[in-house]
Amino acid sequence: MIIYGVALLSVSLILGMLTGEALGVILGVDANVGGVGIAMLFLVFASNSASFRALTAGAAGEGIKFWSAMYIPIVVAMAAQQNVAAATDGGMLALIAGMAAVFVSFALVPVISRLGGSDSDAVSKRETQ
Amino acid sequence: MELIESVFIRNNLIVAFAVVGITIWVSYLAADKLTHGRIHGSAIAIALGLVAAYFGGVSTGGTRGAADIALLGGIGLMGGGMMRDFAIVATAFGVQLGELKKAGLAGVISIFAGVVVSFVIGAAVAILFGYTDPAAITTIGAGAVTYIVGPVTGEAIGASDAVITLSVAAGLVKSILVMIGTPMVAGAIRLNNPQSAMVFGGLMGTTSGVAAGLAATDPKLVPYGAMTATFYTGVGCLMGPSVLYFLVSALV
Repeated sequence: MIIYGVALLSVSLILGMLTGEALGVILGVDANVGGVGIAMLFLVFASNSASFRALTAGAAGEGIKFWSAMYIPIVVAMAAQQNVAAATDGGMLALIAGMAAVFVSFALVPVISRLGGSDSDAVSKRETQ
Repeated sequence: MELIESVFIRNNLIVAFAVVGITIWVSYLAADKLTHGRIHGSAIAIALGLVAAYFGGVSTGGTRGAADIALLGGIGLMGGGMMRDFAIVATAFGVQLGELKKAGLAGVISIFAGVVVSFVIGAAVAILFGYTDPAAITTIGAGAVTYIVGPVTGEAIGASDAVITLSVAAGLVKSILVMIGTPMVAGAIRLNNPQSAMVFGGLMGTTSGVAAGLAATDPKLVPYGAMTATFYTGVGCLMGPSVLYFLVSALV
């Protein structure tokens, strides 16, 4: 049943969001701390575990894959409702602060990736050889 | 005319599916025929979305881009936080636990490094533009973290409304630039494996920017980047009004 997968996905998101909100309250922060990331972990655990097979195999899995495939269209809709006009109204300060933050962060990606060990690189090298 | 309008408005989510579907079809066609696949179709679709958002915002004076145009109201639901988070979580289906563990440490480091680096740069730019009030400098720095951390920090430490607005604008510039820039720099920063995607998500942090930027680069990387990015705003809101504000107050 497709709805089983969709329900598993929904329950993961709700549990993750609740955990994220609770973390926010515990830390005294006015924000959801990692709710979506925690929800993703729940789904990864469920899809890697044998006890949840009924909710992730066959048609049930198709229910999750459908929403995964809807990701790009949803992101396009998300882009279409960004407050782009306000970003361009922010003037030079906003523009320079935003741009500088992005460029420096881009440059740090390879630096910090190396910190975590070179396992991933090794995998891709093995594949290309 | 009224008849069309009422049907469109009553079925606004369905209209959004159709409009986005047509946009993506046109974008993939353009990517294939005009750029011969050099630019990813989804990158073009996202750019078209941002252009529509600009004109929607300018013509209606609203804050939700194209979703403020009555006939396209469904875009707001389809691309809103609820559906975005639902689809992001769905992309985690099939992710191997091993990949996450392998990049875990680098991912955690990247979240803290990302918040601090963006904050310092934002704060430095604020100082260059002549701000001397610690609350204003902190708020603009927090805006360079994300457009949510900016106002949360600003309100907590009592920055002026004008400064808070400026911090939101800085965060929006960052988010939009990540959406557009990621596919362009992906090769140069070796953004091609789960580990670098997790680091990327942690460094950039803007969930919308990371979501769209990775979608336009390689959809397989999305779950890894999104995973770390969703912790970033929380960490930013934690550090902005506390540690980072104290640091700025001590230094200025």
